[in-house]
Amino acid sequence: MTAPDATQDRFAPGTFRPAPGRGRLGRMLAAQARTETALALRNGEQVLLTLLIPLALLVGLTTLRIVPMPGPRVDFVTPRVLALAVMSSAFTGQAIALGFDRRYGVIKRLAATALPRWLLAAGRVVAALAVVVVQLVVLGVVAALLGWHPAAAGLGWALLLVLLGTFAFGALGVLLGGALRAELVLAVANVVWFVLLLAGGIALPPGSLPAGLAEVVTFLPSGALAESLRAALVDGAAPGVQPVAVLLGWGVVGGLLAARTTRLT
Amino acid sequence: MSPNLDSPAVEVSGLVKRYGDTVAVDGLGMRVARGSVLALLGPNGAGKTTTVEVCEGFLRPDAGRVRVLGLDPATDGARLRPRVGVMPQGGGAYPGVRAAEMLRLVAACAANPLDPDWLLDVLGLAAARRTPYKRLSGGQQQRLSLACALVGRPELLFLDEPTAGMDPQARRLVWELVGALRRDGVAVLLTTHLMDEAEALADHVVIIDHGRVVAEGTPHELTSADADEQQLRFRATPGLDMTLLRAALPEHCQVHEAAPGAYLVQGRIDPQVVSTVTAWCAQQGVLAQELQVARRSLEDVFLDLTGRELRS
Repeated sequence: MTAPDATQDRFAPGTFRPAPGRGRLGRMLAAQARTETALALRNGEQVLLTLLIPLALLVGLTTLRIVPMPGPRVDFVTPRVLALAVMSSAFTGQAIALGFDRRYGVIKRLAATALPRWLLAAGRVVAALAVVVVQLVVLGVVAALLGWHPAAAGLGWALLLVLLGTFAFGALGVLLGGALRAELVLAVANVVWFVLLLAGGIALPPGSLPAGLAEVVTFLPSGALAESLRAALVDGAAPGVQPVAVLLGWGVVGGLLAARTTRLT
Repeated sequence: MSPNLDSPAVEVSGLVKRYGDTVAVDGLGMRVARGSVLALLGPNGAGKTTTVEVCEGFLRPDAGRVRVLGLDPATDGARLRPRVGVMPQGGGAYPGVRAAEMLRLVAACAANPLDPDWLLDVLGLAAARRTPYKRLSGGQQQRLSLACALVGRPELLFLDEPTAGMDPQARRLVWELVGALRRDGVAVLLTTHLMDEAEALADHVVIIDHGRVVAEGTPHELTSADADEQQLRFRATPGLDMTLLRAALPEHCQVHEAAPGAYLVQGRIDPQVVSTVTAWCAQQGVLAQELQVARRSLEDVFLDLTGRELRS
């Protein structure tokens, strides 16, 4: 046995007397959401993906007249950039973070604490929403400086759509990030991001895509979110049934699948 | 504090766990008494981590009965987890998280946590408080992982290879810590393939190989099971002729040159045997150096039981 005198020097008797118990739920949720939000905002690659690329596109497409656009350019660009921002953080960022968190044993580490499993998921959702809020504020302020005039009647709808988009993309991000090896998650998440940006109805409206593709795009979460955000923020229109159903559908199906397939390591 | 204080900390019987065709754990049984330290000792691939992960509720057993603090970890995880501290093999933390942030997060999950700052201090992580996890050294990561296991003031700790990658000072500290935990009534189940660690820390050692228990007992019982299995070792000039020594030693003693210049006498070593050996050395005109009488070490027991061939 170890020398008792040395032990007593460093650790007074009773120091480790068991006093187990679960922490308060609110405190656990706050601690986890705060940690995950801080990590997402501190990670250089994540910030590039979630803020810098959308910002560059917002400023670039608004000020450089390379692509022809109808009406005030910033009004046309902003809804699409917001859709991109939501996809970047909720899908690509979330998937990559989860893939590497699994690799580094974080999920297992947290699953071994008193943190209930549902709270583990809830903490990530709250963190994803916090990042989306930061994105909305930063992109909204920059767009306003560029002369953005969103339709006031559509602002509430736009918020609802952003929530739905975060839900749909977040569920798909967890589905991807929870299923594959970290490197594969990284590759797939970036490829999907790029494909959806170019051909998924975000950079280009479905109308300017080839006929067959245009139909498909309205059923993708990217196309549904970008088009309905445009309708809300440019025309002040309530979203139709289809985009809402598409976003809800992807979210529910992705979430249910993820609940079955997500692995701790 | 606990509804089932009478039940042992861990009770496992007939545990079987398969991965496809491979049987990782094959009918294993063991018992960790409350407030005691049990070392699960075995070579790589013996089934140590699988056994611990079944007890932690991460793996479901294929057969057998597992009770941890009187609860079934496979079905009662939510009630069990707040009472248990876990140090998984290879740690576990967000790659970008700062050491103090991680510990505070885990502390927030407990009702009466230890002070995270104090714990970082005693584990020598005060200077690494703001260092991202991925930039910590292997030993620092291990210490943070240990801190995360301890911070919730559990009744039972699972430590999977707690000192892997640690320098001697840090190992010493972990040994002290385990001693203090035991003194304060915390039960500890630890895995190791380090004999000195098992010998120094454990009240009870369970040696497993190929998923089965091959021996168990207190370190003393394991090493002195056979009084005729003592050893006398000494060093001298290599290649000495041992014919006369063999003739002079009692029948139950064997002598051989284990390595060039390293001589080993095995059997019941009494003062007469020691005297015979030194007399023979004087006769040969050599000085017996590093002469020592020892009972078998836990390492000898371990190697005898699990074989001496190298494992992957």
